[in-house]
Amino acid sequence: MEHVLEEVLPRIEICEEECKGCGLCIHYCPPKVIEASPSLNSHGYHPAHYKGEGCIGCGICFYICPEPGAITVYMKPSKGEKR
Amino acid sequence: MSGKILKKADAFYDVYERKPGADKLTTHYCPGCGHGTLHKIIAEAIDDFGIKDRTIIISPVGCSVFAYYYFDCGNVQSAHGRAPAVATGLKRANPESIVISYQGDGDIAAIGGNNILQAANRGENITVIFVNNAIYGMTGGQMAPTTLLGQKTMTTPRGRNPHNEGYPLRLSELLSTLESPVYIERVALTDAKNVLKARKAVRKAIKCQIENKGFSMVEALSPCPSGWRATPVEARKWIEEKMMPYFKLGVYKDNTKGKEPYIPPKEEFTTSEIEKIIGIAATKGKEEVRIEPPAARYRNPAIKIAGFGGQGVLLLGEALAEGGMRAGYHVTWLPSYGPEMRGGTANCQVIISDDPIGSPLVSAPDVLIAMNRPSLDRFEPDVKKGGLIIFNSSLIDRRPQRADVEVIAIPATEIADNLGNTRVANMVVLGSYIAKTGILTKEAVISTFPIFIKRRDLIPLNEEAVQKGIDWVEG
Repeated sequence: MEHVLEEVLPRIEICEEECKGCGLCIHYCPPKVIEASPSLNSHGYHPAHYKGEGCIGCGICFYICPEPGAITVYMKPSKGEKR
Repeated sequence: MSGKILKKADAFYDVYERKPGADKLTTHYCPGCGHGTLHKIIAEAIDDFGIKDRTIIISPVGCSVFAYYYFDCGNVQSAHGRAPAVATGLKRANPESIVISYQGDGDIAAIGGNNILQAANRGENITVIFVNNAIYGMTGGQMAPTTLLGQKTMTTPRGRNPHNEGYPLRLSELLSTLESPVYIERVALTDAKNVLKARKAVRKAIKCQIENKGFSMVEALSPCPSGWRATPVEARKWIEEKMMPYFKLGVYKDNTKGKEPYIPPKEEFTTSEIEKIIGIAATKGKEEVRIEPPAARYRNPAIKIAGFGGQGVLLLGEALAEGGMRAGYHVTWLPSYGPEMRGGTANCQVIISDDPIGSPLVSAPDVLIAMNRPSLDRFEPDVKKGGLIIFNSSLIDRRPQRADVEVIAIPATEIADNLGNTRVANMVVLGSYIAKTGILTKEAVISTFPIFIKRRDLIPLNEEAVQKGIDWVEG
């Protein structure tokens, strides 16, 4: 009955309110799939924004980002994890 | 079916309730700061090793002074540069704990230089995370020991000059010449490759401690975009171009493989053993010699005792506080004195209370005990209305001017002289105070003497002095 959207993996989620717009994730993202949002968050920063596709799940943005909770990375299951 | 998720570590609070202000979701660090990156690496390691409940992070002085806002584990904030000393105490008292001393370059290499040197040399089983950004960041970018040659800072406006300020201190190299440290590595928080190397090093250093192998330190070259007047990306490039040629990355010491774990023997002290060691066992058993409560106006006194150094004003206060404690009161004792052993001035502040005491400071005393003239001159105006002034009339040639206080004039020095020792004048005054107010019994006070009076043969004389003070008031 219920239509469940299949999760797109890998992907990232950015909490725009926790982003200070430092731009490190944008600069270091290998496939360049993060951009600065044209809008401002409540702190007055242009937060990072995921373009919506192209993430390769490398996790670089997560480790390069100084904010503990700004970026979450959902990786693809590795082969062993697949059913 | 989902894969691994990289998300905010459990070792961080979900909401930073300790952080003041409305924004409790982001750190107080500037955009692009290296601290956040390091915090994440540490928090992830705490999660992965399952040590959250036994980790204690020491926040230093510097921008990371507020690290305790964020880490959901044990936190202690230490005085500037003293984190390795605090870490030593924490670890030795709780060998099961995982102690992480988090320090910046000004903190660790300047003011705390000897602290880290000695802790490393003792081989304390702690983990030091040393954040090197080549300046004092929090105070606005002054030169630090690690500032590069030629680097312009607020205090080296023409650039660091080796003839004037010496060369940048390479702490990892320095400490790696010591025998005790087990693992020392320098990493850099720049691009993904180096950040992941830093991650690996931090995990290894913490593991070294978990395995009881000994002292570990990771030095992280860390960007300070605000202090360096650079964008976050430029700051990371600056590390690569300017810092890394001088502060070379790499493992400076690694004995983790061959090193045997050392677990210190458990030493558990019982209360009676501790009492024996600090010499109070002999006086036990005379506790709770509490008498009827004193008259209402003498209850819960805040007392200021002042005089020349050498007149025994601190000891007078100690005897009152200790006696009060034995009588079941809440007490505080706070000394204030100059560097002189004799001469100079000294005072102490004592509170004896039926209720827990918030602050030991006594700015408006209920009771002033003035042993000399300058003390009466200085503190008389502060005494509360309806309070009590006891003054040593042997040395003070005037009476208090206040009409709204009770006064006892007692020639304490003369009485002491007649007993054969001028120095027991303090005990004469003490006797007069307890006799006047009834706050303590003579027994409660003299039961404390074995602690404070090192020469046992002088105890009877001091007891006699107290009695003379009591007689002065009652007689």
